[in-house]
Amino acid sequence: MKFTMLPRTFAQMFKKPFTNKFPAKYAPASVTGFLKAVGEGKAKMIPPVETPPNFRGKIQYDKESCIGCKLCIKVCPTGAIEFKPEDKKIKIYLARCCFCSQCNDICPKDSLSMSNEFLLADTDKYSKDLIVE
Amino acid sequence: MSKGKTKTSYQIPIGPIHPALKEPVQFNFEIEGEKIVDVDIKLGQVHRSIEWAATKRNPVQVLYLAERICGICSYCHPMAFTLATERVAKIEVPERAQYLRIIHQELERICSHVLWAGVAAHEIGFDTVLFLTWQIRETALDLTEYLCGNRITKGITMIGGVRRDITSDMLPYINEKLNLIKGSWEKLRKIFLEDKTFQLRSQGCGVLTKEDALKLCAVGPLARASGVKKDVRIDQPYFSFGDFDIEYMTPDIVTGEVNGDVYDRIIVRLLEVKQSVELIGESIDRMPEGEIVSEPKLVKLLNQLKKIEGEGIGRMEAPRGEVFHYVKYMNAESPYSWKVRAPTYSNVLPWIPMFMGEQIADIPIVAASTDPCMSCTNRVGIVKNGRQSYMTSEQLHHLSVKKTKELMK
Repeated sequence: MKFTMLPRTFAQMFKKPFTNKFPAKYAPASVTGFLKAVGEGKAKMIPPVETPPNFRGKIQYDKESCIGCKLCIKVCPTGAIEFKPEDKKIKIYLARCCFCSQCNDICPKDSLSMSNEFLLADTDKYSKDLIVE
Repeated sequence: MSKGKTKTSYQIPIGPIHPALKEPVQFNFEIEGEKIVDVDIKLGQVHRSIEWAATKRNPVQVLYLAERICGICSYCHPMAFTLATERVAKIEVPERAQYLRIIHQELERICSHVLWAGVAAHEIGFDTVLFLTWQIRETALDLTEYLCGNRITKGITMIGGVRRDITSDMLPYINEKLNLIKGSWEKLRKIFLEDKTFQLRSQGCGVLTKEDALKLCAVGPLARASGVKKDVRIDQPYFSFGDFDIEYMTPDIVTGEVNGDVYDRIIVRLLEVKQSVELIGESIDRMPEGEIVSEPKLVKLLNQLKKIEGEGIGRMEAPRGEVFHYVKYMNAESPYSWKVRAPTYSNVLPWIPMFMGEQIADIPIVAASTDPCMSCTNRVGIVKNGRQSYMTSEQLHHLSVKKTKELMK
């Protein structure tokens, strides 16, 4: 066949687009304004594509069980983890984190775990959302 | 080349940074009319000191550094480093891990080759196919995400095995996705091998003869498309590849002859996608029960790696060809030395015979046909009679689309 792509192109015209239009069908003029409207219940947000099980997202830290052994600091490839000597706990800077979950594997007390959260974009790398402690 | 002797001869520098090249590399083309008569290649624009940075980190940290050498080969680099390290430390890898490693490697090959097919279609101005290949790649990426936890940076490698197992409840999803890829492969084959547009633009374009491929040490699909039977998986089996009956994918399987042009490279890559899907299915069936990592305790492993001494090499068949890692340990926490030779390095010289006699509009597709590693922005500088003007990616892309349209007439 000379033009093998043509039938597929025509068929595609009657199909639903593959793209998931997150967060809204049309890009909002102001994202913060849109999020505020969602919070007030005025607008509806299209949810993102679901993450699979065992997805490596934002780190969660259980401060109580941490014994301050510093093993996570030893294996962290990016140096995202800081030790706080006064209370022998750690502080994770997510702006540096590469989400490899190596610290989860080495932790002897299982204090660290990966969550499903992946919407971590921020203009300030030291913002409250990007520091786990 | 005698510069300026003939009135019609002029130079076009392309790169160091250009969308058609995927990697910061500079070409200086000597053009006569529309024809390329000479080409000079300059390398070394993207030195990131990764090898030096590795000497400041312990082997487990280096795995994630190696993952970031290339976004598409995010599995074969850490794995080649692991193979080299395991050779020094004399670590035995459990058999189940060997099969799991094959699955991840072949999955990476599918992603890379399908992505390449899309880029090749884009370079000749056939963007509809680009979106079709992206749809297939999305399926492969979904499967990667399901098996490894993330889409691109897999983080699956560990010295002595792999980090995640495939359990029996995951099999239905894996089979579903593999069947989807198999079904789409047939569509892709029809479009790439039977469509007139592809045949017009790729047949007889960017020819690399078997002699040149051997002489210039081409590797991977590029060498196989020229008829050189070369594949690390078969020549020096690693993982469990020795248990499999793998064939060299050369274009004569489909067409019965070897031309060594861009069309043949498309055939080889498409055949390899099919081969990879079959290999994944076979590995899942044949995978024995057992451990997935030789030393599950990371602290113990790190202490063991601290005490090793000696040098080792790791060779692997990456999607683009043979990747080679050399590593040396000297009784210290971090490697004493590390050297990476990526497949694109071997595929630089074969570019020269491929470019000879081609037209300017063929530069993107010929350069892309070796599948060089990525990093891109736009701008071409044209120096003509001492005056300099710039050619953006859109203009060059437009030129390529124009040539396709002219051929269609």
